[in-house]
Amino acid sequence: MEPVRTIDGIAAPLPDRNIDTDQIIPASYLSTVTRTGLGAGLFHARRYDEHGNTKADFVLNKTPWNGASIIVAGDNFGCGSSREHAPWALKDFGIRCIIAPSFGDIFRNNCTKNGILTAAVETRLADHLMAVARNPSSCRFQVDLNNQTIRAKGKTYDFSVDEADKNWLLSGLDEISLSLRDSDRIDAYEQSWRAAAPWRFA
Amino acid sequence: MAGKTLYDKIWEAHRVATDPGTGESLIYIDLHLIHEVTTPQAFAGLRAAGRGVRRPDLTLAVADHNTPTENQALGLAGVKDPEARNQLETLARNVAEYDIEFFEMGNINNGIVHVVGPEQGRTQPGMTIVCGDSHTSTHGAFGALAHGIGTSEVEHVLATQTLRANKSKNMAIEVSGTLPEGVTAKDLALHIIAKIGTAGGTGYVMEYRGEAVRALSMEGRMTLCNLAIEGGARAGLIAPDETTFAYVKGRPATPKGGAWDIAQRYWETLFSDEDAHWDRVVHIKAEDVKPTLTWGTSPEQAIPVTGRVPDPADIDDPVKRAAVARALHYMGLEAGQKIAGVPVQRVFIGSCTNSRIEDLRAVAEIARGNKVADGVRAMVVPGSGLVRAQAEDEGLDLILMEAGFEWREPGCSMCLGMNPDILAPGERCASTSNRNFEGRQGRGGRTHLMSPQLAARAALNGVIG
Repeated sequence: MEPVRTIDGIAAPLPDRNIDTDQIIPASYLSTVTRTGLGAGLFHARRYDEHGNTKADFVLNKTPWNGASIIVAGDNFGCGSSREHAPWALKDFGIRCIIAPSFGDIFRNNCTKNGILTAAVETRLADHLMAVARNPSSCRFQVDLNNQTIRAKGKTYDFSVDEADKNWLLSGLDEISLSLRDSDRIDAYEQSWRAAAPWRFA
Repeated sequence: MAGKTLYDKIWEAHRVATDPGTGESLIYIDLHLIHEVTTPQAFAGLRAAGRGVRRPDLTLAVADHNTPTENQALGLAGVKDPEARNQLETLARNVAEYDIEFFEMGNINNGIVHVVGPEQGRTQPGMTIVCGDSHTSTHGAFGALAHGIGTSEVEHVLATQTLRANKSKNMAIEVSGTLPEGVTAKDLALHIIAKIGTAGGTGYVMEYRGEAVRALSMEGRMTLCNLAIEGGARAGLIAPDETTFAYVKGRPATPKGGAWDIAQRYWETLFSDEDAHWDRVVHIKAEDVKPTLTWGTSPEQAIPVTGRVPDPADIDDPVKRAAVARALHYMGLEAGQKIAGVPVQRVFIGSCTNSRIEDLRAVAEIARGNKVADGVRAMVVPGSGLVRAQAEDEGLDLILMEAGFEWREPGCSMCLGMNPDILAPGERCASTSNRNFEGRQGRGGRTHLMSPQLAARAALNGVIG
């Protein structure tokens, strides 16, 4: 994974609470066996009508937000299904950062694994940033992960991020490689439980 | 020193290492459940990196999400959608290559992953259980720490049998008293979510406690924990007790003989100490819980069946007002109208929330001697081949078919709008599943979540109520 340090790009406002992962990518896209190409299905029911025509009034269909790399949304973004297809679709579309008051727990994890920053801000700040992003002349934001700041319309705001998530994003390291370095400790753990709880390893 | 919660105890017993800098821990995983939809990319990643599966013996595979619920005896040849077939074939190849036990479609042991784990005795108290499916919280009913993970994490668990995780906070849901006659675990679960909100549990592991929880059967406990994720919690937990041990004992994968006695003695230590620290406590009076269903497009938008849907004009917060107006519009409901009497076209009895034998018995009891209303299509989808066989032994299938219900083969079916069982745009469904999100059961479909009892009545009456 490429390290994530700063994101400089167009921010698209999605002023809804509880945007679930079914909305982000519907189940009809989950039959794939690869991680790629899911951007076409991102927010499918909101981007396209039932005949597959683009809905002109949806923010991600409008210039300049059709080139967004940041989404600003209401609380509990990414709730619901654990499908990692949601961050895959967001990333394929070009999204690198989501700013919201809170995130679905599994979704937040999944974003980190895919190099997408989930930046948490107070509800009032999220509302303000959505208003700023709604104006094409002020919708370009700069997000600095190391300093945990968002720069929008000449002002700088702080955001919070899970410490471990921040660490993984900044380092871009491969988690599995690092965990495999702990194989001896995993072996030792298994040995100790084999003695104490034999039924677990019958 | 303060005592420990059940979650604290399970966490400590599985902690392999902790990073002193970030606080992130490596947690050992006792059972990894896998299915066709969220694993192909994980196996592809393993293969690309030249890695193996560390503990195939602690891994169990089923095919449930992308499977049709009829003609399963035809095998993959009966799966019409080529993408679905490819995904199922991919799983079959992967489990063969890595030597993982697999209940393929049509095998009597196959079914919805969260029905199969407990049924086989693979789910046991005190375990850590993960699966690439958010409703893995179901297994918390056994006092196991169980939660959904993403596909990258599936790959991590396959390779290392561990998960990197941060410890969550502790929340107690104390349910005092006794549930009124006719009020089910599903009603209680929806009542709790309506009270705390869908983000109310974010950052927490929830333990359901109190007299009303202790009185639930294992099926009811699974329904309750299944919906912990809809309250935003990482996992739901119920401390194991005699009800748990009686359910677990004698299943294929549970310890036998002397090993059982050792195991049970350990399991009996799995409860929250009286002086444990809780970060948040929510009190629920069981007597207040009524038959409950959702009216909107979020599980928190739940009301008693005797109630009215909200009126946006009564809501001050502009964001919440807009959300309610949007949900009413999507659901085709008028502000302030009574929910009882709203006509349904479809009824779905099934899903990892309510597809177990107790659920099917409840539906059959209501259906016995009655008929599904004209213009309603009602499907019953057992949670597994074993549930289906047991229901047939008890004659439930005949009662249901006589009443006009379709008797289907096991799978996730209409819960998620992935396989052939979906709603048409504008169709309204009384559903025993877990999510009423926009488009969840098919684009434009309108889902009302409720208990099997309420759904059965909706099928017979043609209307909610």
